[in-house]
Amino acid sequence: MSASVQTLVNQPYKYGFVTDIETVKIPKGLNEEVVRLISAKKEEPEFMLDFRLKAYRKWLTMAEPDWAALGYPEIDYQDIVYYSAPKAQEKKQSLDEVDPALLETFEKLGLPLSEQKRLTNVAVDAVFDSVSIATTFRADLLKHGVVFCSISEAVKEYPELVQKYLGSVVPVGDNYFSALNAAVFSDGSFVYIPKGVKCPMELSTYFRINSADTGQFERTLIIAEDDSQVSYLEGCTAPMFDTNQLHAAVVELVALENADIKYSTVQNWYAGDENGVGGIYNFVTKRGLCKGKNSKISWTQVETGSAITWKYPGCVLVGDNSVGEFYSVALTNNCQEADTGTKMVHVGKNTRSTIISKGISAGRSSNSYRGLVKIGPNAEGARNYSQCDSMLIGDNAAANTFPYIQVQNPGAKVEHEASTSKIGEDQLFYLMQRGISMEDAVSMMISGFCKDVFNQLPMEFAVEADKLLSLKLEGAVG
Amino acid sequence: MGSSEVILSVKGLTASINGTPILKGVDLEVKAGEIHAIMGRNGSGKSTLSKVLAGHPAYEVTGGEVLFHGEDLLELEPEERARKGVFLAFQYPLEIPGVSNLDFLRASYNARRKEQGLEEVDAFDFDDVVEEKLDVVKMDAAFLNRSVNEGFSGGEKKRNEILQMALLEPSLGILDETDSGLDIDALRTVSEGVNQVANENNAMVLITHYQRLLDYIKPGFVHVMYDGRIIKTGGKELALELEEKGYDWIDEKLAAGVA
Ligand SMILES: Nc1ncnc2c1ncn2[C@@H]1O[C@H](COP(=O)(O)OP(=O)(O)O)[C@@H](O)[C@H]1O
Ligand SMILES: [Mg+2]
Repeated sequence: MSASVQTLVNQPYKYGFVTDIETVKIPKGLNEEVVRLISAKKEEPEFMLDFRLKAYRKWLTMAEPDWAALGYPEIDYQDIVYYSAPKAQEKKQSLDEVDPALLETFEKLGLPLSEQKRLTNVAVDAVFDSVSIATTFRADLLKHGVVFCSISEAVKEYPELVQKYLGSVVPVGDNYFSALNAAVFSDGSFVYIPKGVKCPMELSTYFRINSADTGQFERTLIIAEDDSQVSYLEGCTAPMFDTNQLHAAVVELVALENADIKYSTVQNWYAGDENGVGGIYNFVTKRGLCKGKNSKISWTQVETGSAITWKYPGCVLVGDNSVGEFYSVALTNNCQEADTGTKMVHVGKNTRSTIISKGISAGRSSNSYRGLVKIGPNAEGARNYSQCDSMLIGDNAAANTFPYIQVQNPGAKVEHEASTSKIGEDQLFYLMQRGISMEDAVSMMISGFCKDVFNQLPMEFAVEADKLLSLKLEGAVG
Repeated sequence: MGSSEVILSVKGLTASINGTPILKGVDLEVKAGEIHAIMGRNGSGKSTLSKVLAGHPAYEVTGGEVLFHGEDLLELEPEERARKGVFLAFQYPLEIPGVSNLDFLRASYNARRKEQGLEEVDAFDFDDVVEEKLDVVKMDAAFLNRSVNEGFSGGEKKRNEILQMALLEPSLGILDETDSGLDIDALRTVSEGVNQVANENNAMVLITHYQRLLDYIKPGFVHVMYDGRIIKTGGKELALELEEKGYDWIDEKLAAGVA
């Protein structure tokens, strides 16, 4: 394919700036002392320190997984800063007290936090490096009984809830990265929706990594009580550095009877340059527990950034008739590598899951779908439908699909469909022969390919996601 | 007729693909109101000529000139040529999964209108525009909501091409074997569609193997393409002669040096 399609994918990364701000850091390296120091800095209760230490000790016994279709140099865990916070960061009562440089940073990211400018129907928790700097609409939400705050605050203000649910979906020793996260996580969001409440607005957390040598280990916990409903969105960006940064998050969702949680992600971490220098290593564990009958958890993700993506948001369908969904668009370009998919574990009767995965690979990138569908012996009447489509742009990109299907109940029904297509020169020529520019032709084809997933995103973000993909692909075709 | 405007003027056009010369000096002049037919053996370069005129990036033009309404066509990007009124009905129309036919038609229609300095048409008004054109090719509206050409039969794809031509009202329509693979009813429908679009202000170039298309669409000029050149031009009777005597007849004439 000629040069013009290539230039189309290679749009410069808009969010690559660094905020110049004084920070307090715990020096590089990880040992028990560092874990204790993080807990002390955050003035945590005893149970949290115990949780962290247990995780740290577990982590020491574990080995980094190597089964994913990813190739990256060994990570030196002693060369990472595990805690970095803007100086004098006490959580402010009002935004007026927040460092203007931080407000400006979020404004530049299209996320104004100040009262006058902020989005009207979306509450935002803004996390900068290791700490949450502001949560909007907190008081308004509380009037409905909805708790939306940073996890650090939740540890202090709602210790019973945190103690009950933290680690209940992703146990401390679940995997190497989740153990690491449990030991050193610094911040993240906490959401609690009480019984019978439909959350009155979209909730969202925006993660920003700023410091070069800092890892981000955020932890999110969402609890939806019986008959409640919430839609939550996370976004993320990072500056352009020529070194790699580690991001190892854990997200846990708990849905009780008839509860409905929709969790959407638009991931736009810095992906490294066209030669694969720099970029975020994104190792994330996300899991939802459909604990109650008729509960539902839906994951929608648009993954466009990161040098390396290792991520399998899943659902454990325990409650009878519960529903798990996974809608994913993963785009890789240049030297990016993504190994992503989902795990749907059917435990209860008549549980249903749907998996729609769309992988787009351009440049020399590699994009793998890895999905597990497991139907337990008691999951009478369980059903799964999976569809995994790959699209290749150019001749040097790779796509793989690794479906794992384990069925222990003979009455279950599992369907899997897969396809691979290519944006070919002749298709582009056809559209151009009808007067459509190459940029528009590519974005029409990409939007069409991703339609089933974008339809799942909250309205405002669906448009954003569509634009984001077009931007990312600028230069990839031609 | 002699004084009508020259739409397309091709002189000494040579082009190659991957370094292999395919077009070896094509001369062709097409005026407003004219219908031309280009015939010739498989592999003689007919599709290549149509794609080079439309600006396919895989072909390299190595010599000659092409003027479209007096303007250097070869300087323009494929989408610019299209917007200015060059339309190619593809021999093998492509399938574009996930892109609705209706959205595609509207994007294309608006791109052409914008070029003509006309206002773009919104989705609502476009429904009426397209409705009317569906009749031209007797196409069912259900096709509009499907992905572009995806799962269309051969004949449906060709109808969709003519629907697009009817919408875009090109100045020059190049139809590459639009008749191939059509049953007799479809052939009649498609031909009638072309006849509805053709008028004294535009021109049509039909690439075909078969005389039968020319029963429906009457060309004023018939050209024979041979090894990358147009080696013979005549009236309608040339098509009949070719049908009767086959292309070997051309070979013999060439051998005798009289073609
Ligand atoms: N990609 C290509 N590489 C090399 N030769 C090609 C390529 N495409 C077409 N050709 C050759 O160009 C010649 C003309 O092809 P074409 O224009 O399709 O002929 P026609 O339409 O008259 O049947 C043929 O000999 C064909 O093999
Ligand atoms: Mg041909």
